[in-house]
Amino acid sequence: MLLLQTLRGAPNQSVLESSGPLADRVESLWWFAFATASIVYLATMGGLWWAAARARRRERQGEELPPDGERRMTRGVTIAVSATVVILLVFLITDLTVGRTLDPVPRKHPITVELTGKQWWWDVQYADTSAQGRVQTANEIHIPVGQPVLFLLNASDVIHSMWVPNLAGKKDLIPGYTQSMWFQADTAGDYRAQCAEFCGLQHAKMALHVIAEPQAKYEKWIDEQRKPAHTPTDSVADRGREVFLTGQCAMCHSITGTSAASHNGPDLTHLASRRTIAAGTLPNTRGALAGWIVDPQQVKPGTHMPPNQLAPQDLDALLTYLQSLK
Amino acid sequence: MRRVFRGSGVLRASALIAITCTSLASLTSCKRETRRLRESPPSATPGGAVRVSSLQPGVAQDTTHARNLYEGNAYAVSEGQRLFNWYNCSGCHANGGGGMGPPLIDDEWIYGAGPEQIYTTIVQGRPNGMPSFAGKVPAQQVWQLVAYVRSLSGLNPASTRSARTEHMMYYPGSQALPMETSPKQAFRPPASEMP
Repeated sequence: MLLLQTLRGAPNQSVLESSGPLADRVESLWWFAFATASIVYLATMGGLWWAAARARRRERQGEELPPDGERRMTRGVTIAVSATVVILLVFLITDLTVGRTLDPVPRKHPITVELTGKQWWWDVQYADTSAQGRVQTANEIHIPVGQPVLFLLNASDVIHSMWVPNLAGKKDLIPGYTQSMWFQADTAGDYRAQCAEFCGLQHAKMALHVIAEPQAKYEKWIDEQRKPAHTPTDSVADRGREVFLTGQCAMCHSITGTSAASHNGPDLTHLASRRTIAAGTLPNTRGALAGWIVDPQQVKPGTHMPPNQLAPQDLDALLTYLQSLK
Repeated sequence: MRRVFRGSGVLRASALIAITCTSLASLTSCKRETRRLRESPPSATPGGAVRVSSLQPGVAQDTTHARNLYEGNAYAVSEGQRLFNWYNCSGCHANGGGGMGPPLIDDEWIYGAGPEQIYTTIVQGRPNGMPSFAGKVPAQQVWQLVAYVRSLSGLNPASTRSARTEHMMYYPGSQALPMETSPKQAFRPPASEMP
């Protein structure tokens, strides 16, 4: 039981806590394999123990091997080998069957998300009717509960892999080749996804949050995301906006509604609405944001975000501005 | 191991020499790949102005130039290659071949080929189109760009150059090609075709 608890891991990132139709199938496949392997393991260990005990008893009592011992041994080995082959075949067939039921994309999928893996964060774009024709965000995907969502996967540098254990299996993101996958969440929740293909120094800190919520809440979220960035009304935030646009920030980040339009780094139009920063590395708080801006290499060594030298009052203004981007 | 070496003294000696040489040779590659991810102090731009000349007015001081820490470092060169596109250097210099801006894979340097000179060219900007990147790109990244730009015309050690570049390399001495002739003897376009 304790072992099972350990295997289960965190509730929001676990194959054994499935929350969607695809993950259900993967989970039952996992349980089937686990049960079969456990039975085989116990049987093998028991048989081994029994054989050892019997041989010892015979030796102590000075018994000879029975005359048909050789034949019985051959029969035993043949049975064991055939059982192994059969079990492996059953594994193969169930595995392929589950794989095939996961693949086809449902004909009706109201939402399409383009997901691009980058070192070391996720670029998220919803095909949309907004002015830009798309809604752009990063490291956080919101989906409505009970609806299939289609994902078009791509990568811009190296191979990454998308894995939300609670919702679906893995799928690789390959540079220059668009793959597709889909999943559906049946219960609302915040599911953590992780890059599952080693992609460089900060592979471990490349997380993505999939937030499944009721339809109405999702609609409200996407409506907010469609809007251009909030224009600051107070002088501090206004100064922060100037710092952002005239300094290093705008060289890599974009904010819709301003002149910042570079797509090297994550889009920050609605930064303050996200739960984490730096691809799930830090909570989205003022302090964490300040530390990340000033010395990102301490938090995530090797990240492509460079350190920023800012005067204290400029940093303060910049933080106020970024936190106003709801 | 012992059994292998028991046979002859010569075999044993040569094996020892081979092992020593291989380990010594592998040591030289350590520095090549050092990743200086976090410079200290973390968020400071080092040293302000970069000296491009050893001459100076006033009292004699230490005349050493600000050196590029990244000159012999393969990781920095590949980071520079990424930044070359990120900051749109390729927009004018077109992967080193030149276009709107002068080519970088030849041996013509209007404002000097030294690391400090390229650094100041990037930071200050130059007449007729080169913008100033002061305050836009942190010093660490400028130095990485410098290392990469110099690698384009074969000015830094061959061991630091990327072997997997997608960029132009039809000059001897440019990226990924062994230095057969010095860049001086390399082909130069006629003056009428110079940008």
